[in-house]
Amino acid sequence: MIARTLRAIPTLLRVGVAETVAYRAEFLVWTLTTTIPLIMLAFWTSVARGGQFAGYTAADFTAYFLANLIVRQVTSNWVGWQMAEEIRTGSMSMRLLRPIHPFVALTMSQVAALPFRSMIAIPVAVILLATSGSHALTTDPLQLALLVPSLALAWIVNFGLMFAMGATGFWFTQVYAIANFYFALYMLLSGYMMPLDVLATKQPLVAKIAHYTPFPSMVDAPIRLLIGHLDHAQALRLLAVQGGWAVVCVAFGIAVWRRGLRRFEAVGG
Amino acid sequence: MIRYARLVWIQVRVSAATAMAYRANFIAQGAMALVFIVLTVVPLLVAFGGQAKVAPGWDEAGAFVVMSYFMTVRAILEGVTSPSIVDLVERIRSGAFDYVLLKPADAQFMVSTSRYEPWKLFDLLGGIGVGVYAFWLRGAPPAPADLALGLVLLFAGVLAMYSMWIVCAAASFWVVRLDNLVYLLGAIFDVARWPIQVFQGLWRIVFTFVIPVAVMTTFPAMALLGRLDLAHVLATLGGAALMLVVARLVWTFAIRNYTSASS
Repeated sequence: MIARTLRAIPTLLRVGVAETVAYRAEFLVWTLTTTIPLIMLAFWTSVARGGQFAGYTAADFTAYFLANLIVRQVTSNWVGWQMAEEIRTGSMSMRLLRPIHPFVALTMSQVAALPFRSMIAIPVAVILLATSGSHALTTDPLQLALLVPSLALAWIVNFGLMFAMGATGFWFTQVYAIANFYFALYMLLSGYMMPLDVLATKQPLVAKIAHYTPFPSMVDAPIRLLIGHLDHAQALRLLAVQGGWAVVCVAFGIAVWRRGLRRFEAVGG
Repeated sequence: MIRYARLVWIQVRVSAATAMAYRANFIAQGAMALVFIVLTVVPLLVAFGGQAKVAPGWDEAGAFVVMSYFMTVRAILEGVTSPSIVDLVERIRSGAFDYVLLKPADAQFMVSTSRYEPWKLFDLLGGIGVGVYAFWLRGAPPAPADLALGLVLLFAGVLAMYSMWIVCAAASFWVVRLDNLVYLLGAIFDVARWPIQVFQGLWRIVFTFVIPVAVMTTFPAMALLGRLDLAHVLATLGGAALMLVVARLVWTFAIRNYTSASS
């Protein structure tokens, strides 16, 4: 079973890459719709202009939100939408018939999109970061080494939760309300809209709650590794917390999937 | 004219009936609107926790007025125009757009008013609520003349944004697969939530002249606050009118080049 799955992976990836390339124009437009980090960048640098806000100078905010843009581009996926759509139209039945777990197949189809996303987003963000935020970039070798695993874990946490959300499509045919609610929490609690310590200046309780949720593992942690000044213990702890949440979120996603599958009534044919 | 008004009314009724068929969804949408209104204003609340201004000339009340315009314009467009345009893209792909062209009414009118999302009413109320809060912060309601001008410019702002949607719709005659252009436009419009003075240098020029989001929220908000001079009022009205004319020209040009997908 496992050997068969492993053998299928290269093919699944190739199919995924072919799909992304086939819809490259659409894909490019989707990539460009990630404007929130830049909009927030403009706002917070304006707020901090000529001084500091919550310990951040305008340059600090610039570095933070450009790092944010990179993290968002590399770690986001739309597997929830994909699943909800497949359940609604009935094409999920096809997926279930194949001798490979849909979790693996969907993971590969999302992973295959990564190089394309990175190709568009990373050069732009890296140039911007190097020209206007280079003072903030970390030079610590451990932080740099942990960056890639941290991004990977952020991706897995996000994927696990999105997978759970997609699986709620087994109960509700319209998952948009749940997805929107999830995205609202994500924006507020992950550090996507503003750094969590800035949020803490006005809403200390909300910021505190955020640290007990998986959301900071998706945005805040990789950003801090990229531009933060952490000692080694802090950096390793960040990664450990992310690792813990990755396990929990994937387990949660699969648990929701299993429960939902029992209720599955194939629609269409 | 009366015929067109009656057409709008029929389409509103059909959309309302469709929406009411999914009552649970309607309530969920209302709750979501509330969540997102709170979420959208969070940065302002946090910023004004430790600061008096977000940009030169923009204190808390002013920034909330701009936010109120942003929410209102977005609610109107997402409730009225964008569902219709998403429909249009689908119809062009399937060939059903031919039937729209055959109808004895203007095609641009038909595609702009074909579908509504009644639950955007919650967003509209939210936008108005934020505006009321802004003037409560300021401690004085707007002068009647400013209120009238503010409403006129709101209309101009909506028309300016509508024109951009129509140009997008016209683009879909050539590049059918780009149905997400609509979402891109929405993402760009997201910058209109801040006063234009938040942006500096090149970006301010882009958002004033190239993608004139300043016309859609900042200038109307300044009018409502009684701070917009006559030159800017005329520029806003003129800009909106110009965009509307350009959009109409692009639309008529595009429709002449329309080749049906079905035959």
